[in-house]
Amino acid sequence: MLLKISELNKTFGDLHVLKDINLSVDEGEFVAILGPSGSGKSTLFQLIGGNQTPDEGEISLNGEVINGKKGYISYMPQQPSLFPWRTVLENVVLAAELNGKPDYEEAKQWLSKVGLAEFVNSYPIELSGGMKQRVSFIRALLSKQNLLCLDEPFSALDEFTRLKMQKWLLSVWEENRKSILFITHSIEEALFLADRIYVLSKRPAHIKAEIKVPFSRPRNESLLETNEFFTIKQQIFQYIKEEISD
Amino acid sequence: MSKVWIRGGRAFLFLLFLFILWEVLVKVTETPMWLLPAPSDVIKEAIDGFDLFYGHIFSTVYLALLGLTIGCSVGLLIAIILYRLPKVNELLYPLLILSQNIPTIVLAPLLIIWFGFGMMPKLIIISLVCFFPIVVASMDGFRQTAPELKHYLQMVGATRNQIFWKLEFPHSLPSIFSGLKIAATYSVMGAVISEWLGAKTGIGVYMTLAQSSFRIDRVFIAIFFIMILSVMLFGIIRIIEKLVVKGRSEGA
Repeated sequence: MLLKISELNKTFGDLHVLKDINLSVDEGEFVAILGPSGSGKSTLFQLIGGNQTPDEGEISLNGEVINGKKGYISYMPQQPSLFPWRTVLENVVLAAELNGKPDYEEAKQWLSKVGLAEFVNSYPIELSGGMKQRVSFIRALLSKQNLLCLDEPFSALDEFTRLKMQKWLLSVWEENRKSILFITHSIEEALFLADRIYVLSKRPAHIKAEIKVPFSRPRNESLLETNEFFTIKQQIFQYIKEEISD
Repeated sequence: MSKVWIRGGRAFLFLLFLFILWEVLVKVTETPMWLLPAPSDVIKEAIDGFDLFYGHIFSTVYLALLGLTIGCSVGLLIAIILYRLPKVNELLYPLLILSQNIPTIVLAPLLIIWFGFGMMPKLIIISLVCFFPIVVASMDGFRQTAPELKHYLQMVGATRNQIFWKLEFPHSLPSIFSGLKIAATYSVMGAVISEWLGAKTGIGVYMTLAQSSFRIDRVFIAIFFIMILSVMLFGIIRIIEKLVVKGRSEGA
């Protein structure tokens, strides 16, 4: 058990945001958190990242309690958040740079592996949206932490680029199986990518359901057209419908 | 690039037109030389009297550059301290603004009384006019750091120091350079004013001498050289900015 969160509660003033959250991520597991906008998904990441401290409950990583402690996760935000004055290479080593000397050779290898070799010395302003997200993901991958937290990384991309990026993410992840905690508001995205899905309720957010995704890996987009996929999608949609109905 | 040349060319032509207008008006109205010399007279004097003049330029440039360097370093240091230590900021920021309200003309003689006619009082004056634009521009730059980049660094566990040196400082470079450009223009003016009040050489000295002997043509030479020096300093800083600030969209 890599990440374990138990009985987590967080309020901001009168606003009860997270209520009795229990979840876990295993070594090498891809876990998605699915929830409506404003359900406190980002607050959950703030807590795991140590920028906020929980009111109650415990977050532990490899058995060590990390409530309010920073620097234990690697992170990929919704916007690429690349530093405009750094080249692609300098950007991908940024996270590693915070905890010591970065490995430029490894960084270069990764960049060429994902087809960005010719952009190593380019500035982010010269890249397309999808390429920026790839750089952002490699940056997260290159930091030494074992848990990767992705916060709706593809939600700002167009539909075509998104599917391409999802496939790309899976292909990279097959090779380098770090544990991933992935926030999204797209049922399809969660089903296509994850091993397990937690469905969050609306505020105050608690875990409404936990779904084990039965599809084998490696996956490709033909999965999206199968009946099984559709059935589970329906099932998750029922949970979400309950949340928006009242 | 060609657009810049066209725009610059237009501005130059207009300036030329103004000079010609001035020349014609002076000739037509037969204005005496001691009241307003024609541009041609000024240029003639500048060429004839250049031997006399260039020594003054050097000492002014030296003074301005030294003052600019000191003023900007101090300004940047103050900006960093004020930004990193909000308590100090509360205490000192009003004082900084007040320091800019002391008229230089009043302060300069005082400084000469206290520090004599050497470099010291002059450098203080130039630094005083230079550091303020740097402080204000840098502080604004630090404050306007992109929130999503800051959020990213916080999430991956960067320390307060790392956030400043890896993000806030480089992010504010364009701002700092705007301040630097203003300060550079001020520095030449500051140098001339400080020379006015007591120096052996410098454009300011040359100017006072010319004024008191009604050599208006020489006063204009001084004015033109002050302008040329300011524009050149501005240009040099613009070039350095282009070399240092990378990966941003082309802006002003």
